[in-house]
Amino acid sequence: MSLNSFWFLLIAVLWVGYFVLEGFDFGVGILLPFVSKNQAERRAVLTTLGPVWDGNEVWLLVAGGATFAAFPEWYATLFSGFYLPLFLILVSLIVRGVAFEYRSKYGKESWRGRWDIAITISSLLPALLWGVAFANIVRGVPLTKSAAGAMEYSGGFFNLLNPYSLLGGVTTLFLFISHGAYFLALKTEGEIRVRANKMGQQAGLLTALLAVLFFAWTLVSVSHRSWVVGGVTIAVVSWLAALYSNFRAREGWAFLYSAITTAFVVITLFLALYPNVMPSSNGEDTSLNIFNASSTHYTLKVMTVVAVFLTPFVLLYQGWTYWTFRKRINPSQIANAETGVLDTIHP
Amino acid sequence: MNALDLARWQFAITTVYHFIFVPITIGSGFLVAGLQTAWYRTNKDKYLKATKFFGKLFLINFAIGVVTGIVQEFQFGMNWSSYSRFVGDIFGAPLAMEGLLAFFMESTFLGLWIFGWDRLSKKMHLATIWIASLGTLLSAYFILAANAFMQHPTGYGMSANGTRAELKSIVAVLTQKTAVSAFFHTIPSAFLVAGSLFAGIAGWMILKKRDVDVAQPVLKMGLVTIIISFVFIAISGDYTSRVMVQQQPMKMAAAESLYETKANAPFSLFTIGTLDGSRPVFQIGLPSVLSFMSTGNFNGVVEGVNDLQKEYVTKYGEGNYKPNIPLAYWSFRLMIGFGALAALLALFLLWRMRKGGSLPESKFMHLSLRALPFLPLLGTSFGWIFTESARQPWVVFGLMKTADGVSPTVSAGNVAFTMIAFTLLYGVLAVIEFGLMVRTIRVGVGKPVEGNNANDGQPLTMAY
Repeated sequence: MSLNSFWFLLIAVLWVGYFVLEGFDFGVGILLPFVSKNQAERRAVLTTLGPVWDGNEVWLLVAGGATFAAFPEWYATLFSGFYLPLFLILVSLIVRGVAFEYRSKYGKESWRGRWDIAITISSLLPALLWGVAFANIVRGVPLTKSAAGAMEYSGGFFNLLNPYSLLGGVTTLFLFISHGAYFLALKTEGEIRVRANKMGQQAGLLTALLAVLFFAWTLVSVSHRSWVVGGVTIAVVSWLAALYSNFRAREGWAFLYSAITTAFVVITLFLALYPNVMPSSNGEDTSLNIFNASSTHYTLKVMTVVAVFLTPFVLLYQGWTYWTFRKRINPSQIANAETGVLDTIHP
Repeated sequence: MNALDLARWQFAITTVYHFIFVPITIGSGFLVAGLQTAWYRTNKDKYLKATKFFGKLFLINFAIGVVTGIVQEFQFGMNWSSYSRFVGDIFGAPLAMEGLLAFFMESTFLGLWIFGWDRLSKKMHLATIWIASLGTLLSAYFILAANAFMQHPTGYGMSANGTRAELKSIVAVLTQKTAVSAFFHTIPSAFLVAGSLFAGIAGWMILKKRDVDVAQPVLKMGLVTIIISFVFIAISGDYTSRVMVQQQPMKMAAAESLYETKANAPFSLFTIGTLDGSRPVFQIGLPSVLSFMSTGNFNGVVEGVNDLQKEYVTKYGEGNYKPNIPLAYWSFRLMIGFGALAALLALFLLWRMRKGGSLPESKFMHLSLRALPFLPLLGTSFGWIFTESARQPWVVFGLMKTADGVSPTVSAGNVAFTMIAFTLLYGVLAVIEFGLMVRTIRVGVGKPVEGNNANDGQPLTMAY
């Protein structure tokens, strides 16, 4: 395998990590007002994310950084091209992170209620927009060769809102909602667990419907090479297994299968892309691929050494975090759920 | 304003804002780790209380530091795509390394620290805050190395068609003088910031006679941190200015409003120049001090702005190679001034506390303790404003002008929209953050629960 292909693979892995992990915490954020009915429950739901959400988000930063290092042309064209959607994602991630940290500082309903709305919206927007963005990448967007020789996005904002990419967005939205529901059912006790299980079933069925449409459209009009068919098959079969496991209230399995599906949705999209990284709707000669978008061989070599050496450690200690916080959370464990630490001044 | 100006403003606003929280969190992480270590070693309740209380303040800042950092990672691609294409082969590498090595470490171990009080052994829990803090140091190193390439490109070659800079030696990029000196200047500055924050808060608590036993050791720790870090800042600052004179003489000349090349150059204390920055009208200076700072010799020759301008025209072609000289001159002085003021204040407080350690009750004391946390923050902000603005017109010194780095496809309207939106959002968050900090300080230490490896069903020590 050439280093260019290896880095294409590695970036796919980073996005898999990002969507499998932050996918469920988007889902939990969206479900927050529906799955929890009082302050103790609400805080129990948020506490399932507490120790892990920030580490999950780092996968995005590393995917961004790795794209910059390995495929600078891809990084430059993608983020300057998909300017407004990316901006909305950034704003969402800013609000979300702050909301987690600040919402329980006071007990007042006006304070907590606003942060809760912020959490739901700022989880929903990225869950939707990442799907829109990736569907657009796979579908191909207008790229034009500039005088300086760079492939620049020439489509504008509304070009990104086409039926295929919107369907992609709604699909990832419901995929992440379901994924989050399975996670919650796995990590909580009592009423939340029951509700999450039920919502996981409804959202899961809807996801299945949307995914079938999206995959069918992808196979018909984007790519039907055999790898893509294979990826789609694994994603679909695994999803059926997730639905069945959730139906039988086997939460661990449901979550594992939905993680596999999420991974294979990403893998399938990357398989459909390869060896392009941003196919152009203006024809092959303006497409960005793993060669014309890449860094030099030396840079790829340096980054390969770094990645091969460091990634195992990252997986190890992130895995350890999940192991440390493996216990289910019961709302009854949240002491003084109604009050915030800043409510009263100590004498 | 065109897209270029707007993109520059956006970068300035988001970066200066981000860097308010960066030094606070880098320094506070270590100081909180120090307090927790004191508790681990002595088992004294006051240290546990201090760890929890200052830990809370640390986390309120960390939240904003993290989320505003995401914008930094993607802003290059959004507003500076031509820059990204030009330097990606080099600049992307330290950014990716920072993510893989540092961001994962910081976020994962901080998550373990926040929520792990009742899930980890005392020793392991203490280790998590140290590891997270170590992560912030690594992060600082890589991003400063990336920035150093913009100040002084090294370890690169131009591509065959001349459209981009290509990495030739990663070791050269990561170990060049500018990166090393910036690291040893920035990290002590972070400690100066955090030391001032902790000392200011602890001093206030002592004056208000609240949890004096908790505040007393923190005040001392904060003040000593300020003094020690200021010594390091002065030494590395001296070294940095010598490296700067070698590598970016225009920046040093601008910092000094030194227009003509001279030996025995004075260090200017005050200058009024003409508005176009072409010559000074009135200057007060310390004779030969600038020569000494720049060359290590009081008789050393320091190049002036006008001669450098002529030199650069010959080297790089027609154009204006002068940065904004009044801005460079004043930001350089305010950087040093605010930092030194914090150190002087710390010395004064230590002197007043020399017997017994109590602080005299006076209006001046109240005022200075409240001002203390803000002084070094202003210093670090002006330091970055100086470093970045006095490199202009270059984005990568000698290789690419800032004007050539901006995204050609992003309209002025789009940049204006995102700039205004980020500014409003950051403004709202600043108000909320500041309110929470003040409230947390006023609420006070309280009675923290010690983690004790809770069994199932017991209340969680920490919940969102």
